[in-house]
Amino acid sequence: MAKKIEIKINNKKIIAEEGQTVLQAAEANGLYIPTLCWHSDLEIKPNCRICVVQIKGQKGLPTSCSTYVSEGMEVITESEEIAKARQVNMELIFAQHREECNDCVYMYNCQIKDLAKKFNSTITRFPDRKNKFPTYQFSTALQYDSSKCIDCGNCVEICHKQGVDFLTYEKDNTFFNVVPTKDKNIDCIYCGQCLIHCPVGAFEGVGEFEGVEKPLLDKNKIVVFQFAPSVRVSIGEEFGLEPGAIVTEKLSAGLKMLGADYVFDVAVGSDVTTIEEAKEFIERVEANGTLPMFTSCCPSWVKYIEFFYPEFIPNLTTVRSPQINLGGLIKTYWAQSKKIDPKNIVVVSVMPCVAKKWEMNRPELKINGLKPVDYVLTTRELAYLFKKHKIDLPNLKPKSLDDPLGRPTGSGVIYGAVGGVMESALRTVYFQLTGQKLPNICWQNSSDILGLQEATLKIKNKEYKVAFVSGSGPAEKLLKKLQKKQVKYDYVEVMACPGGCIGGGGQPVPTNQKIRAKRAKSLFNIDVASKLKAAQDSPEMKKLYAEYFTDKKIIHKICHTHFNKTTKQVHPVK
Amino acid sequence: MAKKDLIQKLKQSNLLGRGGAAYPTHLKWQVVLDARGSKKYIVANGSEGEPNVHKDFFILQHHANVLVDGVKQALACIPGSVGIIYLNKKYYRRFKKPLEKIIAKAPITVFEEKGGYLSGEETVVCEEIEGKLARPRIRPPFPGQKGIHGYPTLINNIETFYCVSKIAHDDYQQTRFYTISGDVKKSGVHEMALDLTIKEVLEKTGSWPKKDFFVQAGGGASGEIFLSDELDRPVGGSGAIVVYDQKKTDPYLLLYRWAKFFMEANCDKCTPCREGVYRLAEMVHKRMIDQAVLNDLFLVMENTSFCALGKSVPGPFRSLIYKIITPQKNGQKN
Repeated sequence: MAKKIEIKINNKKIIAEEGQTVLQAAEANGLYIPTLCWHSDLEIKPNCRICVVQIKGQKGLPTSCSTYVSEGMEVITESEEIAKARQVNMELIFAQHREECNDCVYMYNCQIKDLAKKFNSTITRFPDRKNKFPTYQFSTALQYDSSKCIDCGNCVEICHKQGVDFLTYEKDNTFFNVVPTKDKNIDCIYCGQCLIHCPVGAFEGVGEFEGVEKPLLDKNKIVVFQFAPSVRVSIGEEFGLEPGAIVTEKLSAGLKMLGADYVFDVAVGSDVTTIEEAKEFIERVEANGTLPMFTSCCPSWVKYIEFFYPEFIPNLTTVRSPQINLGGLIKTYWAQSKKIDPKNIVVVSVMPCVAKKWEMNRPELKINGLKPVDYVLTTRELAYLFKKHKIDLPNLKPKSLDDPLGRPTGSGVIYGAVGGVMESALRTVYFQLTGQKLPNICWQNSSDILGLQEATLKIKNKEYKVAFVSGSGPAEKLLKKLQKKQVKYDYVEVMACPGGCIGGGGQPVPTNQKIRAKRAKSLFNIDVASKLKAAQDSPEMKKLYAEYFTDKKIIHKICHTHFNKTTKQVHPVK
Repeated sequence: MAKKDLIQKLKQSNLLGRGGAAYPTHLKWQVVLDARGSKKYIVANGSEGEPNVHKDFFILQHHANVLVDGVKQALACIPGSVGIIYLNKKYYRRFKKPLEKIIAKAPITVFEEKGGYLSGEETVVCEEIEGKLARPRIRPPFPGQKGIHGYPTLINNIETFYCVSKIAHDDYQQTRFYTISGDVKKSGVHEMALDLTIKEVLEKTGSWPKKDFFVQAGGGASGEIFLSDELDRPVGGSGAIVVYDQKKTDPYLLLYRWAKFFMEANCDKCTPCREGVYRLAEMVHKRMIDQAVLNDLFLVMENTSFCALGKSVPGPFRSLIYKIITPQKNGQKN
């Protein structure tokens, strides 16, 4: 246990722990110190100079996020001088940031606006220095409006941690600015972690929020909404609910009020992905195919492989991602059963992800000339739409999702948190090979790759080494070890975002370690509570495979895809 | 000479660092000597990025052998250490070859810095040598504990190493190098007693101006302004004196020149320095001093900047504005 240290904050005795910062000690004791650039995923920088305090015996106003406690330290967190310094520094932050408050991911919970109010800052004291700074577009996924950037560097750091380094500093004559790199060997993977870690909304998804109404405009079409597993445990935050609040059926009710004709569950698409992936894994093992097999349901991970490590393309499972699988089924299987011309169906996915906006446009996914998914809205965009239409999500009367694609198994739902895909797939693989239920797997932290969890699973005298990892940065370490043949695995789940989809770039802001943990816990709770655990238990899946997926050709057409080595796609022009 | 003897001698000589911060040299050495590390670095800092400071150049030009000897003394004193002579681009081009000739087979390399003024800051020196962006690190840990690649690192100014050599050979005369420039008959670097006042330095070098003047002492950007009747004080900083002809000098232009210098030289890491200097530049460019804004900018720069650069910016601005531009209004004289 850490050594206890006695300090004083605002003349009150406090027991802190050795190694804690003043900020941590204050927070642990329920004392508030304002912060801006600080984030639980990132290093202490400390750039913004908002969390300044006074410490007896120290000159000036040191930052509490970067000052470590020491025995007998006396800290003051509020004084006239501190207030003045915070006020002016916030004014200087606003002097960079071009306000566009009505179209911002922080529209309803803007930290800098709240802080400015608290500090009595005049946000227009100085003219915006970056007024004419450009907006960069990263394919169909993301936009970076550099006129809003406050140079905290969070995005550059997380992009580096993601093993990408697409965002970088470039010095004009006078200033270092955050820009997309011109290096042709580096490309954006659209994970959106920059967005999630930006404290001022300089990043947004494409279409966010000006394009949200589009899917609802065509009155002559049948609008089918499908939402991803993780959205049900995060969207509540946008309405003041606790992170992890489960709102599945309220979400369904809200979508109906918006004008959705049908509401389905992407987690049912996950069940399809699970069954097909398990099949593919067994086939690869039996035919001595390429191993380890990697999951490919995360589009940013796919882009990462296609661009940075194309030699691993054969390792990616060819099974399509849940949203694409379900979109494809809606426009074939379901359309046929309903006798609807698929051309008259609009499929709208609500995803925790901005990369899904890019995935949806991959041309090889088309079925009979139609895109499986027509629109992707992020969790944030849907929350915005609800608010715009005065739909108060927390107080809606729950409404069941529609049959037959609205009832997933627990396996389908846990796709939203890292480890969930692997667990789901193994439940099915194990059943296929033994006819029995998967026993509890004892996951252990890898000693080689920080963040990777691994296990050895014995099935019928054969041992399988399986693993899962989130964050493309840690995943890159795995790839490098595989290249050098320093590690060996049979099956690995990779999610590009920390924590998996519950930490995705389309999720509510802020997102941090604590919030991700709560969202993940709720998903696993749904699984615990669900009667149907494994994908093959689902009556809908049984029906689908009995009635429609009767030959390999049709399965392949709807559920499988291919990947290509790519060159740089994002050439942001000023 | 035994290790302890040299550090003891540095202490007895009361040698203070010549980079500008005047930190006792023997304390720095002791920290690095005591720190655990399978490897240690000795860096002679010749970044010299401040305008109107040329003493390191002068030493490289005239006393390179003394400098190299100073570094060798440190290598001998600190076991497991390697030396680096860290130079700005211009100095690197000019002195790399002659230095290497003097260094011969000693474990000392000559390093070319990429950045500017800020690259002389100790933690930035470490970042530069590691090939990273020239931005300061959080302290502690100090370079003496964890410097380049995490190894204990001793960083002293080139002039400090010059003095170390002199002290080791019992030849130290308590001198320092003064750079005189500006509106004087002859600019130049002079080695003289280190306790001289600004007035004495100007007089002894025949640089006392005939016309009305003021000086900037300590450094050509971060140094404070002193009027001609305020010169009974030590030079301080990096030993530079810049003389300004009071009639000829446009104070706003001078302020703007400093602001532009700091704007380009700072690292843009922290809010008060990055944005504060920009707003200062904007204000002096318009030749309109807004007292309230000025005080606010000074407050955040001095008290909340990440590193010494931002903290040092208000010094020269405050003194020039209050002493030259608005002396009557404020009646402030230091």
